[in-house]
Amino acid sequence: MTNWTRKDLLALYDLDAGEIQLILDTAQEFKKVSERRVKKVPALRGKTVVNFFVEPSTRTRASFELAEQRLSADIVNMSASTSSLSKGETLLDTAKNIEALQVDLIVMRHSAAGSHNFLAKHLRCGVINAGDGAHEHPTQALLDMFTIIQKKGRIKGLKVAIVGDILHSRVARSNIWGLLKLGAKVTVGGPATLVPKEFRNIGVRVCDNLKDTIEDADVVNLLRIQHERQREAYFPSITEYSNIFGLNRETVKYLKPDALVMHPGPINRGVEVEACVADGPQSVILEQVTNGLAVRMAVLYLVAGCLEK
Amino acid sequence: MPASIKGRIYTMKTNYILKNGRVIDPSRKIDRKMDIGIRDGKIVSPSKAKDAVVIDLKGLVVAPGLIDMHVHLRQPGRTDKETIKTGTKAAAAGGFTKIVAMPNTTPPADSTANIELVNRIARDEGVVKVYPCACISKGQEGKEMTSIGSLKKAGVIALSDDGKCIQNHELMRHVMEYSKSFGLPILDHCEDEKLGCGGVMHEGTWSVLLGMRGMPAASEEIMVSRDIILAELIKCRIHIQHVSTSGSVTMIKDAQKRGVKVTAEVTPHHITLTDEEIKHFDTNHKMNPPLRSESHRKALIAGLKDGTITVIATDHAPHTETEKLVEFDYAPCGIIGLETAVPLCLTQLYHKKHLTLMQLISKFTVGPAEVLGLKTGLAEGSQADITIIDPDLKHKIDASSFFSKSRNTPFDGCEVRGKAMATVVDGNFVFSCLPGIQGMIAHR
Ligand SMILES: [Zn+2]
Repeated sequence: MTNWTRKDLLALYDLDAGEIQLILDTAQEFKKVSERRVKKVPALRGKTVVNFFVEPSTRTRASFELAEQRLSADIVNMSASTSSLSKGETLLDTAKNIEALQVDLIVMRHSAAGSHNFLAKHLRCGVINAGDGAHEHPTQALLDMFTIIQKKGRIKGLKVAIVGDILHSRVARSNIWGLLKLGAKVTVGGPATLVPKEFRNIGVRVCDNLKDTIEDADVVNLLRIQHERQREAYFPSITEYSNIFGLNRETVKYLKPDALVMHPGPINRGVEVEACVADGPQSVILEQVTNGLAVRMAVLYLVAGCLEK
Repeated sequence: MPASIKGRIYTMKTNYILKNGRVIDPSRKIDRKMDIGIRDGKIVSPSKAKDAVVIDLKGLVVAPGLIDMHVHLRQPGRTDKETIKTGTKAAAAGGFTKIVAMPNTTPPADSTANIELVNRIARDEGVVKVYPCACISKGQEGKEMTSIGSLKKAGVIALSDDGKCIQNHELMRHVMEYSKSFGLPILDHCEDEKLGCGGVMHEGTWSVLLGMRGMPAASEEIMVSRDIILAELIKCRIHIQHVSTSGSVTMIKDAQKRGVKVTAEVTPHHITLTDEEIKHFDTNHKMNPPLRSESHRKALIAGLKDGTITVIATDHAPHTETEKLVEFDYAPCGIIGLETAVPLCLTQLYHKKHLTLMQLISKFTVGPAEVLGLKTGLAEGSQADITIIDPDLKHKIDASSFFSKSRNTPFDGCEVRGKAMATVVDGNFVFSCLPGIQGMIAHR
């Protein structure tokens, strides 16, 4: 049985299969708690968690906050506008000031890749990555994998397709590492400008058309397309994107009947996915959100437990 | 004698005899045990060095003074990072007797007044010889050319917009034509500013895995090809700074075969490290050009071996700890290199048998001297600029002992082989860790 020995959760790249499985198994226990009438447990009583969001987020932050409340932690919320980052203080200054308040854990989102790795090196308290630039978003990938296991019973041997702006996606990167480590076959697909071929070097299949990407997939994870990518000349127009790479009434026919449709949210309805698919029978998008809570409780619990030692 | 060292006064004039050293002088293809005399700041036959202090250099290499043609001294403007005084001390401690000061200071060195200022400070406070390089374009803005003729008169040795690259090919063409009349070499930092704009590391497998914006090799190669094409058209010289890609090496090699007068330099860090290091998110691995992948690194070493690349230069780029202790995206580019170049190159190139000592020393002497039109060599009658090297000394790089004002190096704690043991400028020991020989700057 694997033990948790990390004071931080920075990236799924760092974890081995046993550690990932431990988080998912722990999440399974917390999922049961969430189904009880009294949903709160005292696991983090007396611990202080700071949610430090240098890049705005509503969903991930709400999910973390609720997970912390269910674990009975004391919570402080900080965002870039209320923090002093804008006043010329460096990230490290701010983080050290937070730590000086006897904080146990910092849950951070930041727009620069590797910010968490940088902070974790300089802080005694735990650091949990809630998204760093285009690098990683480990809890999102963990909740995606948790949802796949819940629906398919396993990860090993499954074919998982990730579709869209892979280049700029931290969700894609965390999913790729997590899925590969647990033995899935991963395909990435989308416009050639947004799907780096270099992923082949780590054993990922790379496609540039939707049909090849998704037709034999057991799971299809659709990524949000940001409008600014069109301005940066990655593809001609949003309309063209949704015609060629979106999952709509026509293209959904490529899918195997039992394939799952996932999306990390927030959805651009009519761009990467049409309503009939997002709300259709194959979609597990809302279950992902629900599972996010259990997965984040598991991560907070394991990391906090390690700090005690 | 360059303007920078006119009037340099030493209170003490000692004569020396350097005995039993292995003299390696690439300018005359000499590699043998012999004694060298120093009298009145010049190299003489040992018999002519009267009342000399005799130094036994058994087991050590005596080389012409090393030249670093790519140094950022930061003065004027950013003396919190480095000054001409601390930068030249670092140069001396690293074995360099002559350095070229890049012009991207604050304000940029685009006027004769600025060049005169640098020359004055270098003369008063400098420990080694400083040769100022001026901007190609006013304010390094890539719009109008500087007063190249007047700058030459003020003592400029070369032109460069280093840190930036002139994007306007018409302006570049005119600068190359105009500067040719003054014999001033153009040193170009080759980078297409649009291609890979906003990049923080090499574009390749690691940038993709880490989710960082990449700077493609093509961004450098497009401008290298532009420079070669214009140099061929104008029949002028062009020097490519800090070459970092295999494509650049190939193009330069092909151009040289056709007779184009293109030369190139490479940094010690580009032949030592690769982009994989960035997975640790240490901002001391952030530079421009970025650390490239292994195949590029190997191509650079091959370029040194086959003679395509004739110069090793450090791109010594000091930054404060505060500036570097930030998120990778926000950190400034560059690392210091004066005090690590000799050990790193001996370890990576000589001890790994890519280059002989003669070839390696040539990259630090004859190579840059030819680009810049400087004298080098240990022939009798030459100015006594000498570097004494222990090619085998095993030691650990210790950034806390550096003379540079900054500490931004990824090599702190690295085990290396080889070290500059003493640096002689105009017959004076400016740096020494030889027993019994006091250098102008104290050995740490
Ligand atoms: Zn440069």
